[in-house]
Amino acid sequence: MKKFLKATVAAVAFAAASSAASAADLKACFIYIGPVGDFGWTYQHEQGRKAVVEHFGEKVETAYLESVPEGPDSERAIERFAREGCGIVFTTSFGYMNPTLKVAKKYPDVKFEHATGYKTADNVATYNSKFHEGRYIIGQIAAKQSKTGTAGYIASFPIPEVVSGINAFLLGAQSVNPDFKLKIVWVNSWFDPGKEADAAKALIDQGADIITQHTDSTAPLQVAAERGVHGFGQASDMIAFAPQAQYTAIVDDWAPYYIERIQEVLDGTWKSTQTWGGLKEGHVVMAPYTNLPDDVVAMAKETQAKIEGGWEPFTGPLTKQDGTEAAADGVRLDDGAILGMNWYVKGVDDKLPQ
Amino acid sequence: MRIELIKRKEHSQLMAMLSPILAVGLTLVAAAILFVLSGTDPLLGLFKFFIEPLLDVWSLQEVVVKATPLVLIACGLSVCYLSNNWNIGAEGQFVAGALCGSALPILYPEFETAATLPLMLLFGVIGGALWALIPAILKTRFNTNEILTSLMLVYVANLLLDYLVRGPWRDPDGYNFPESRMFSDAATLPGIGDGRMSIAAPITLAVVVILALVLSRTIKGFEIRVMGESPRAGAFAGFSRKGLTLFSFALAGGLAGLAGTMEVSGSLNQLLPTISPGYGFTAIIVAFLGRLNPIAILVAGFVLALSYIGGEAVQASMGVSDKIANVIQGLLLFFVLGCDTFINYRLRVVTSRSSGEKAGA
Repeated sequence: MKKFLKATVAAVAFAAASSAASAADLKACFIYIGPVGDFGWTYQHEQGRKAVVEHFGEKVETAYLESVPEGPDSERAIERFAREGCGIVFTTSFGYMNPTLKVAKKYPDVKFEHATGYKTADNVATYNSKFHEGRYIIGQIAAKQSKTGTAGYIASFPIPEVVSGINAFLLGAQSVNPDFKLKIVWVNSWFDPGKEADAAKALIDQGADIITQHTDSTAPLQVAAERGVHGFGQASDMIAFAPQAQYTAIVDDWAPYYIERIQEVLDGTWKSTQTWGGLKEGHVVMAPYTNLPDDVVAMAKETQAKIEGGWEPFTGPLTKQDGTEAAADGVRLDDGAILGMNWYVKGVDDKLPQ
Repeated sequence: MRIELIKRKEHSQLMAMLSPILAVGLTLVAAAILFVLSGTDPLLGLFKFFIEPLLDVWSLQEVVVKATPLVLIACGLSVCYLSNNWNIGAEGQFVAGALCGSALPILYPEFETAATLPLMLLFGVIGGALWALIPAILKTRFNTNEILTSLMLVYVANLLLDYLVRGPWRDPDGYNFPESRMFSDAATLPGIGDGRMSIAAPITLAVVVILALVLSRTIKGFEIRVMGESPRAGAFAGFSRKGLTLFSFALAGGLAGLAGTMEVSGSLNQLLPTISPGYGFTAIIVAFLGRLNPIAILVAGFVLALSYIGGEAVQASMGVSDKIANVIQGLLLFFVLGCDTFINYRLRVVTSRSSGEKAGA
């Protein structure tokens, strides 16, 4: 017992010393929804954190919590970081929105950055990326490459970001083949390799020879590879998991944003903003085009350049699934309409879960 | 040489007392080894994991917040398990209760009176109890296996919640995101202190005390235990097996529903597609760690909550993977159940030369 007490005292002393010894100017902290090894959404945020470490060196200390479930646990996790002296906290899932705002109210001196949400405060900024720009490109590739004229789409939750991704994919495909078919399976999860793989198999059995997904694991792409069909990486470049099957991947690159925002905190110029960057800003990056004929690569690169030049895939004429007009010829949907999208474009073979 | 487990004639009082201490000791040793293997300072790791959360008011409050629903649900489950009713679906009852409790502030947001909160809690209890009565009635009427039916209803409840927050109960000002509107102040459980603790904690404490008294001092408590240990003897005493099944399921469901409503009202303030990080399942562990005794459940819930908060602390401050934290939690359960074996069994080492009995406390 005595020995144990001694050890405890030593540990206390050590803890005190270690916390006093940190010489960094700023502590930047990250809350992740999945494991850092998901090779998808969370993995890319973790790459962003690592880029921060590399860029700032000892000036910025970082910490993270992974697999933090949305709900009551997330508020505690966020508050823990705010209490432990983090100057800026990145909360990287939609479900952390209200907990982030609650904690931010209590800690006005700490900056918070919430990914994919819509509520802000003086010390809460939001950031997200225009993933749908990449989806338009892969839709075009899918329509060019598919022999059956059908793609399978594994979707997570019917929130606007996912819905706009489905629409952008189909618009891209329709620009090549107006009769292109899209089948959708909802798995109601962001990360569930088993369910995602099952969905991919079901879609292939129904005639899809291109698989794409708005979920975070590599499973759908691996199933595509096994079954001899093709697909796309999601969130990160998944070429290592399916070297023969991946055409390209829509890569989320958070590093430039994280470095920029942390620099602003260091400079004292940080402000609450709503950032929505895409291909142009380098927040969405297309992985190298592989396993594709030259003309398809050329088409993809041309579209990519067009979007980087400021073109928006959601430009009219756009028709909703029910036949009503969403945007007239040449009219571009405004950001709010894309960020709140709750309707399918014409041609989607699915009823939007409402 | 081989090692045998021999059943004791009666269970060992000494081991019953020593077992939890031994288990905690073994967990500490195993955790230290894990920390060393993962390249972190074992002493600092153990300190941050098990002791630091207890030294700070904020983290102590967080432990209580985390333990509250676990203890409340586990208390109800203990009555089920004591009476041989295997209710595995507390997670669903938690969600069903939370749905019923939330109906008022979501459907009638302008109904803000002193009665709002008590009514919500009442609805929560009723909702959870009704949800739990489904497998109970199926068991008493059709002799179905309640383990399966109660578990399956968890998924039904979760999907119902999912449907409601994405459909009819979606926040009209929420840009189609799947969440309900935020509750008004009248529908929010009053907090205690400046942290996240609410009156859910004292309510749970009261339930623990009442249940402990009912189980140890009343004829109902006697009935529950007799029917669990020897239903035939209980039948001779005039106790109704079916009646007790309905009662224990309704009680467990009611308490789980109360926990769900208090969690939503006191902590989340709105419904989300998922409102429970598996409280209903973790509570099963808490119930057995606490040996189905309400007071011990209180301690077990606190220890398990501590392991969550501590696991998060070593992750946040030392960069230890959350997998390590989970393994340590698992080890704690493993050692507790492992050491409990020695309450009813003792070790005998059989050597090739002698078959004489050796140590085995």
